[in-house]
Amino acid sequence: MNRRTLEERLFKILMVGSVCIVIGSLVVIFGLVVINGASSLSIEMITQTPRPSVPGDPPGGGILNAIVGSLLLALPATGFASLIGIGIALFLQNDFLHPRYSDIIRFMLDVLWGIPSIIYGIFCLMIMISIGMSSSILVGMIALTLLEIPIITRSMDEAIKMVPKGLKEGAYSLGSTKIETAFRVIRRQAFPGILAGILLGLGRGIGDAASILFTAGFSNRLPTSLFDSTATLPTMIYNLYSTPLGQSKAFAAAFILLMIVLIVSVLSRLLTRRFKKHIIK
Amino acid sequence: MENYQIETKNLNVQIQKNSILKNINIKIPAKQLTAVIGPSGCGKTTLLKSFNRLLEIQDEVNISGQILVDGENILDRKASEIPDIRKKMGLISQKPYPLPMSIFENVAYGLRIHHNKNAKELAEAVQYCLEEVGLWNEVKNRLHDPASRLSVGQQQRLCLARAIAVQPEVLLCDEPTSALDPIAAQQIEKLLLKLKKEYTVILVTHTLRQAKRVADYVIFLYFGMVIEQGTADEFFNNPKNPETKAYLSGEIS
Repeated sequence: MNRRTLEERLFKILMVGSVCIVIGSLVVIFGLVVINGASSLSIEMITQTPRPSVPGDPPGGGILNAIVGSLLLALPATGFASLIGIGIALFLQNDFLHPRYSDIIRFMLDVLWGIPSIIYGIFCLMIMISIGMSSSILVGMIALTLLEIPIITRSMDEAIKMVPKGLKEGAYSLGSTKIETAFRVIRRQAFPGILAGILLGLGRGIGDAASILFTAGFSNRLPTSLFDSTATLPTMIYNLYSTPLGQSKAFAAAFILLMIVLIVSVLSRLLTRRFKKHIIK
Repeated sequence: MENYQIETKNLNVQIQKNSILKNINIKIPAKQLTAVIGPSGCGKTTLLKSFNRLLEIQDEVNISGQILVDGENILDRKASEIPDIRKKMGLISQKPYPLPMSIFENVAYGLRIHHNKNAKELAEAVQYCLEEVGLWNEVKNRLHDPASRLSVGQQQRLCLARAIAVQPEVLLCDEPTSALDPIAAQQIEKLLLKLKKEYTVILVTHTLRQAKRVADYVIFLYFGMVIEQGTADEFFNNPKNPETKAYLSGEIS
């Protein structure tokens, strides 16, 4: 066997190996969550709030408050971050901004992306204390929005950059203004990428614990206003896991979190398919 | 005296400090087909895109001189007037780029952004434009299908329909047939011959034979300079410049 065939084989093995590691981890994580959580999975989990239990018994009730809390935080935060993100992403294109400046902004967004989420949490906590607020859904939402903006913006930006120049020229030649081109043509062409960016942000936001640990607080009851503290799935998982005999429930909560992310992904994929047929290659 | 639609005076274009067009002085007659010929990389496309100020969507473009369209220098116009300049000139690119929407919406797009038409007027206008480019019979039963599903030749005709929908005066065609099969290319050529009765057509091409077949007026560009311009008859039968003669005989390409 000569050197080139060997090289070819070696890289094939490496590639297949890498794929196996990724798929394997997914299967193992999912399996672990299901096996450990199965005994606690019940309809109660998603219909009831936690109930105090006598010492020596596993924690009672469900985690409805955490599911509601997570959705109440992550969905609006993703919405706000997407609105802000699409604006920045469109503005970063050279139709609007000279690359000299947009590259600086891209660099700053990348730095923001890399900041650990606990820093966002502490940052919002400091502002929260200085204006005399206490931990609440509102502050948690703001922390998550900040956390998601760089992720969503940069993903959308990359998707929009891929729009062929000829398509832009076509739109401009018809007498479109920059705004019309951006919102009627570029947005449509880049839609699958834009949606992927939103999903990435949502996935990060709904699963993040550190940024909302201090800002959204914790509560065993269902929130009734924007200024209430609330539990979320990640903080609930953390809480349950550190409670004696709560591990199984923690895994059940993790399973529910995984399911929410899965459902959102599948729904948005179906949505993308409806728009994909228009994409010009 | 002939009626000129576009005239350039000492037009110079630099892109990223490279001089692409040097001292271009040309006149383009109205309602005729003007072919811009020359070897690849000689600045044909740049010249075309300077006419509707499309060059400026790139960075580091310097344009000096004058481009007179109907006697007015379009380079003097403010940025906010650029969409109106562009509306006057439809662009047909080398590779067709339909908008990411349905066939109907592709043609309706320009009408929607420029005019306030009701649904019935819109449908009529779309039908008229598609008939003009000979596409109506092929697509009338699937107007709401994505434009991306059409063949490349059909897409190119759709782009023509989309361009004439906004009622331009000039059609800028940048090698519109080079990505097409011979039959589709022939369709486009025939269309351009038909459309030149209503529009000033500028056709960039690198095939001499195509220019011979369709042009009324020819501009020969070489390394960013105009070597020769004149009526097709004079240009092909009685070229004055030695470089033109060399190009026509195939010595330079």
